[in-house]
Amino acid sequence: MVLLPRPTPGPVPSAGPSSSLSRCPRIPSPGGTLSPLPGDTSVLAGLYGPAEVKGSRESPDGATVEVLLRPKVGLPGVAERSREQLLRRTFEAVLLGSLHPRTSITVVLQVLSDAGSLLACCLNAACMGLLDAGLPLSSLFCGVTCALDPHGDIILDPTARQEQEAHAVLTFAIDSAQRKVLATTTRGSCSAEEMQRCLVAAQRAADTIFQFYRDCVQRKYSKS
Amino acid sequence: VGAPRPQRSPRREGPGLLGPCCGAAPLRTVEPLEYYRRFLKENCRPDGRELGEFRATTVNIGSITTADGSALVKLGNTTVICGVKAELAAPALDSANKGYIVPNVELPSLCSTRFRSGPPGEEAQAASQFIADVIENSQIIAKEDLCIADGKLAWVLYCDIICLDYDGNILDASTFALLAALKNVQLPSVTINEETGLSEVNLKQKNPLVIRKHPVATSFAIFDDTLLIVDPTAEEEDLATGTVTVVTDEDDRLCSVHKPGGSPLTGAKLQDCISRAITRHKEVKKLIDKVIKSIKPK
Repeated sequence: MVLLPRPTPGPVPSAGPSSSLSRCPRIPSPGGTLSPLPGDTSVLAGLYGPAEVKGSRESPDGATVEVLLRPKVGLPGVAERSREQLLRRTFEAVLLGSLHPRTSITVVLQVLSDAGSLLACCLNAACMGLLDAGLPLSSLFCGVTCALDPHGDIILDPTARQEQEAHAVLTFAIDSAQRKVLATTTRGSCSAEEMQRCLVAAQRAADTIFQFYRDCVQRKYSKS
Repeated sequence: VGAPRPQRSPRREGPGLLGPCCGAAPLRTVEPLEYYRRFLKENCRPDGRELGEFRATTVNIGSITTADGSALVKLGNTTVICGVKAELAAPALDSANKGYIVPNVELPSLCSTRFRSGPPGEEAQAASQFIADVIENSQIIAKEDLCIADGKLAWVLYCDIICLDYDGNILDASTFALLAALKNVQLPSVTINEETGLSEVNLKQKNPLVIRKHPVATSFAIFDDTLLIVDPTAEEEDLATGTVTVVTDEDDRLCSVHKPGGSPLTGAKLQDCISRAITRHKEVKKLIDKVIKSIKPK
């Protein structure tokens, strides 16, 4: 069974290089509401930069990317650190950082509610943040989570409960240029053949998400 | 800028390195990427390895006599030691029949100039999380096996993995060290005295742990967005545009496919990584079986 992914991130306020948080128009979520619906996964992405960078972190041939992942409650722990690393390296791969040497680009991701497929939602929120900030990118990317249920069927964009029942959960970051895999992380165990099936499903779902990005941006710029 | 590392003599000479008047060493320092590209074009690496070749792997089991189980693993210059310490504790309320496994990876400042002393950095934390994920995903040990008395007493296995010399590919070395150390663990038998309700530890009677799965990690570095090289050194990791780590078990199932960003790869390339990881699993399994046999001459 293949389900279409829920159009993921809710509101994405961002402060781009030339806009402050208050001036920047928000990309409205599909329903037009700005508060996350209960039961949905939502992540707020804020993007700051290119801005000044601290001396020790300054890189002469590219921008320094920093990612802060804030959990819904409590302080970020080891799991958040590991996700931050994955997110940061994904952004670095698509961001044309060499155009902004000696600067810092900070992406702050605040989890508002987690109802499954959290990492995919973080990736989507961050990509829309980067898009809204108008930073030069080599391609867009999106996150897709697939769960393999005990019968071996693929569930796209699983809920927290489906993730728990699944024998494997795979998250992919897919780029928009050639639908290649930017990042992947897995939970549980699966066969190589099952992973390839999930990848194909994720690549197909990516088309839907990129179309969603397009619609959002179009709506934003068609308003006055 | 580190001290020059001892190199194995290359089996194949690098092709046309800057002509006869000029050695390769200046190029390596000034233009390391260009230096590497010249080797990779000829399908070999500066240390004489082929692209799909691991460094010499050595494993020593039971290196720390005071630990309940330990192992020292070397991948070329990368040296990792893992010690397992077992303690008794009450199981968690929501999983009364399960013990605990607590892994921790340390990258102290003594192992490389890139690490500072102080609280663990991002790489150490990400490695700890990776090892915890591998334990969880592969079910290397059933946590139920660690339970002694339901809801009362269970084993806690503290698996401390410490890097002694950092030269790249810390994930493969750590996973191997963990597996070898767990295979070395001998737990004393514990009984609960019915009358007093206290636990009695019999140190004379020791039992090995039941290892259900043998996860083995294989890491790759992506060079110039296309080339995949196995078992990268620290220098190769720095120059690479991304890394992939594949963990497989003896049934050729994937316990983890971890690609934290970096250059995008096609599904076919990932499949190549998986195939290489499966052959690596056989090599490592053979090695570990040999070492286990050598310390129990029966």
